Amino acid sequence: MNFWKDPIQVTADWLMSLFTGWGMAEGLANILINLLGIVILITIMLVIDILLVWIERKVVARFQDRLGPNRVGPFGLIQPFADIIKLFIKENITPVGVDKVVYNLAPILSVFSVLILWAIIPLAPQILGVDLNVGLLYLVAAGAIGTLSIIMAGWSSNNKFALLGAFRQVAAMISYEIPMVVALLIPTVLAGTMGMLGISQAQQGMWYVFLSPLGALIFLISAVAELGRAPFDLSEGESEVVAGFHIEYSGMKFGWFYAGELLHAFTFGGFWGILFFGGYHFFGLENWGPLVAAAIVLFKALIGYWVIMWIKYTLMRIRIDHMLAFNWKFLVPLSLVVLMVTALLNTILRDASTWILGLSMFLSNALIAWITIEILRSRSRKERENAEGLAQPTMEAAQH
Amino acid sequence: MTILFLITAVVILASAVMVVSSRNLVHAALWLVSALFGVAVLYALLDAGFMAVVQVVIYIGAIAILFIFAVMLTRREMRDTGPGLNKNWWVSAVMSILTFGGLAYLLSSWSGFSQTSADIPVGFDAVTALGEALISPDAFVLPFEVASVMLVAALVGAVYIAFNPRIGDTRK
Amino acid sequence: MQNEWLYIGLFLIVGVALPAAALVLAWLISPKKSNPIKDSTYECGMETVGESWVQFKAQYYIFGLVFLIFDVEMVFLFPWAVALGKLPLFAVVEGIIFILILVAGLAYIWRKDALEWV
Repeated sequence: MNFWKDPIQVTADWLMSLFTGWGMAEGLANILINLLGIVILITIMLVIDILLVWIERKVVARFQDRLGPNRVGPFGLIQPFADIIKLFIKENITPVGVDKVVYNLAPILSVFSVLILWAIIPLAPQILGVDLNVGLLYLVAAGAIGTLSIIMAGWSSNNKFALLGAFRQVAAMISYEIPMVVALLIPTVLAGTMGMLGISQAQQGMWYVFLSPLGALIFLISAVAELGRAPFDLSEGESEVVAGFHIEYSGMKFGWFYAGELLHAFTFGGFWGILFFGGYHFFGLENWGPLVAAAIVLFKALIGYWVIMWIKYTLMRIRIDHMLAFNWKFLVPLSLVVLMVTALLNTILRDASTWILGLSMFLSNALIAWITIEILRSRSRKERENAEGLAQPTMEAAQH
Repeated sequence: MTILFLITAVVILASAVMVVSSRNLVHAALWLVSALFGVAVLYALLDAGFMAVVQVVIYIGAIAILFIFAVMLTRREMRDTGPGLNKNWWVSAVMSILTFGGLAYLLSSWSGFSQTSADIPVGFDAVTALGEALISPDAFVLPFEVASVMLVAALVGAVYIAFNPRIGDTRK
Repeated sequence: MQNEWLYIGLFLIVGVALPAAALVLAWLISPKKSNPIKDSTYECGMETVGESWVQFKAQYYIFGLVFLIFDVEMVFLFPWAVALGKLPLFAVVEGIIFILILVAGLAYIWRKDALEWV
């Protein structure tokens, strides 16, 4: 078999013959090969994570009209590695009164909840950990462990700010999980499977962003909230709760929270690309080989990550009552309407051609968006009139 | 496979013991998470992938979080200070041993006890089968819809009990 | 199928072990010169007053409850969504009725102002 056609299988076969040649049992050799693959995959993800620090700092610098790191190495590329070394040799501080086991477990679980997502991401038809038939629910389950890690960090720190920040973050994460799950149901309806590979393959002809632009938008918004990044980063509002749930963490323990957040953003960019932007499909370029396909997926993940950064550095932080109202009174009803319309149209137009299906889906989404905007406009006009009606007498009083 | 099952079972039982014996209520909740995760592993060992992830999503992601919220919101003192046992502890110990013995006896005399489960046919998609069963009129469509009504009842009841309508008066 | 979950299990173990190993390594090579001031709780430079594990607003709990109900509902919808491609129209309508009943519940708590952050 050609190495470039299927690099993972070829390497695995070669290792298998090597290990069995040493007199190892086949089952044990199989487990060992899988273990090796997992360690390599996670290590690659952590190295990408280090580079993400550099990308994040460069991009935020550009957004704020600065240069960013540019002293250590070409374009400051060595800077994140220097940061990592600094984190490692920082003193290991455990504040008094913390709950030691829970306190040390929280950063591990935080980054764990992100790393395990890469077990199901299909980088190419041949390069993927495992194609679970419950892939999307696995994504939600990993998010549940992330939520748990935050509440553990906030509670064990023995600090009121940390606990308050953790509560806010958890309230945001569990609230925005509902529209996210509904947005995940939309590709499930369209592809007829929850497996990530199946969803990638089903977008051969048409990316789902054209079939359900609103679904893609809702997924992006709830992903940003799930990440706890601006405009939903009130868990770490500096002026109120200082740094939120990781206020008492320093050194490598803080490093894991930070790395986990960046890798989480990148991973959600990847999920956005796979679920709505065709996965490894890119105008037939994926036929050049699995390595090209993997590069396409990572490139789409980077684009998604860039969009999340763009949102973060453009919008300001919102208040917690606004955040929860936006979710429960706007996103949840809207996402449920989009889901119902998608399911209905997908079944009615089952035998129609791809173009008719795509056009009607797109138009129905546009119609829903227009109706939503009209409702919002009339509501806000009414509120404005109420506010002006209240303000009118005082204005007149001031004139007299 | 048996070894994995035994390890998981020991972890679940130990976590369950820690849940009832731990003095700190948040620790008890975290041990509960460990026990629930063990149950998810058991589902995975039984090839019930859907049940495994649902176990994590619902029990760890929602119910355990709700427990922790409840502990933090209701108690000023998050420690159980009273005695862990009362003077009738031996009665409950005898009762549990008797129940365990009775159940073990009943199960060991059941013919299905020593059988291994049948292999799942290749290409069988449990999730699709579940979805079809939930919808089809000769299977579970009525329970499916009743579940929705029950969830609404739970929602209304929970909000009715837990919510204090203070701002209702200021509304114009 | 079982091999898939075995792979996931291995992934979970490595996913815990690698970050934990990094923490142990950091602990090994970092200096250890602790003193009471350094180890004190931060809290904006002020001394901590009273117990830090304090009570919080009950509103968090309400949102937790609402979330739990909707989460259970979504889990019911996943098998429905997967099977949808092979099912006739009335199956879709059943699913939509299922959703609408819950939307009625959402409308009720909305009217009751339970979704307001007091």
